[in-house]
Amino acid sequence: MIKDKSYNAVMSRNNQIMKKAIGIDYDLFESGGIAFDYEKMMREAGYSLDEIQEIQGSTGVGNTPILELRNLTALARKYAPKGKGARIFIKDEAANPSGSFKARRAANAVYHAKRMGYKGVIAATSGNYGAAVASQAAMLGLKCIVIQECYDSKMVGQPEILEKQRVCEAYGAEVVQLSVGPELFYTFLLLLEETGYFNASLYTPFGIAGVETLGYELVMQFREKLGKDPDKVVITHAGGGNVTGTARGIIKSGAENIQIVGASVDLSGLHMASDHDFNRKSFTTGHTGFGIPFATWPDRTDVPRNAARPLRYLDRYVLVKQGEVFYITEALSVLEGLERGPAGNTSLTAAFALAQEMDEDQIIVVQETEYTGAGKHPMPQISFAKQNGIEILFGNPDEEVPGKNIIFPESPGKIKVRDYDLEKARKSYINNAVKNNGKDEISSHDFKFLINDTKGEEEFVLSTLDELKVTVKQ
Amino acid sequence: MKKAEIGDWVQIHQIVLKPEERGVNIPDDTKNVPLELWVKGFAQNEATIGEEIRIKTVTGRMISGTLHQVNPKYIHNFGEYVPELTKIDMQLKEILFGGEADD
Repeated sequence: MIKDKSYNAVMSRNNQIMKKAIGIDYDLFESGGIAFDYEKMMREAGYSLDEIQEIQGSTGVGNTPILELRNLTALARKYAPKGKGARIFIKDEAANPSGSFKARRAANAVYHAKRMGYKGVIAATSGNYGAAVASQAAMLGLKCIVIQECYDSKMVGQPEILEKQRVCEAYGAEVVQLSVGPELFYTFLLLLEETGYFNASLYTPFGIAGVETLGYELVMQFREKLGKDPDKVVITHAGGGNVTGTARGIIKSGAENIQIVGASVDLSGLHMASDHDFNRKSFTTGHTGFGIPFATWPDRTDVPRNAARPLRYLDRYVLVKQGEVFYITEALSVLEGLERGPAGNTSLTAAFALAQEMDEDQIIVVQETEYTGAGKHPMPQISFAKQNGIEILFGNPDEEVPGKNIIFPESPGKIKVRDYDLEKARKSYINNAVKNNGKDEISSHDFKFLINDTKGEEEFVLSTLDELKVTVKQ
Repeated sequence: MKKAEIGDWVQIHQIVLKPEERGVNIPDDTKNVPLELWVKGFAQNEATIGEEIRIKTVTGRMISGTLHQVNPKYIHNFGEYVPELTKIDMQLKEILFGGEADD
């Protein structure tokens, strides 16, 4: 039988294609409304922490070192009030086989695919996850296709994404490159249907549970090394999996007082699906273009229910500017002797500012680093920005306008975090949940779910629903 | 090299969606251009650049498109030198270590 391959026909087969490509019956966790049983999904569709440690350990993933950044701490203290300036640490996730924490996510997904008898895996990603899936597929002997949004309509590619293409091919994967646009999903569905491969989505319970080991391991390392838990963990936030997985692992370690801080690069004003804006971003991930939409509506991905639900775990969400992150990337290199890639440096920039609010004996941890090199380094990124007409200045980073300029702080003292109001994010989430549900009355079960899914106070959720003219059925 | 022989490693190009076939809710600048695709594989027939060609990808898929490049090279690098970054490096060392570091 020849299937209709037109856009509308393929999109209408989405559920059927995904069920076959993921092998999870998501209906088992649904209750017919807004709510679904998140913990049941994580428990029954995922793996236990012990199992994951074993799976990851078998391919050399995890157990990455914790490094103290003494010079960066000393620099932060120069700008902090007396007695302030927490010790800054990083978890060197670049030590994973594919050079980033994404190896943890991929190890689980690819292991599962192999166990279920799939011949290959497909991942839709322009980021490090592609390299991670390709690397794991190579180790486990599965075929691998990575689909990436790579070029604008003039076939000009963001240098960082071009590097991701190279590295995926280096690990033996087929890389399908597309021009800008969300219809990448159509090509993704066509490929899943054609090949029968596993959808190694970033957002399945396997992928997210894979990151739990990071949070768990981190706490154990601090207990061993310093005899205490860190005070804050800063996590670069994009699609929500890094925040969700790390925080779940921290909870599983029994640590109760660690503040979970998400950090993104502020790219406000740039449209993520715009052909024109595509190459005016100097960050391909860890930015607000993913961070905010994925927090305020997680179920927008390539799976029916997203296992990454960052609002459940975030205590604080802060934004930093592009120029600040490049500045801190240089500082990590020249003051600490660690040349690392862009993603973790977003949370490191936030940590540099946040440390100055904390006492000297406190500990702040940045939970990832990633590999760097051609395409990913600040040099190609800044020179690409210049080619695209972006002005490079020194001054006040608060005046940076994404797509127009990049402002390096004139002094490290100018680096700061800007708090993103989590109440606003929670409101937006509730609004999306209600709107997508299409009802003006929700069940008390749904009400409880909204409280849990937003980490919101009961009263706050109720008053938000009230503003939306939605009542809760008793 | 403008011509691909059978077995050569090549990159092909396809138009996935014409502008009028593109999805809804996308910005106009994106909607006005086609959704394009590039993929690499081994040539299954001879062709010159711009001609129709069939390839076998590394996963074994057989697909067709127009020939874009033969032995496509990676073009990303470290870009032009960015002196602003050196300025940052020197400033950081000066602040933390004073003059000593540069002596």
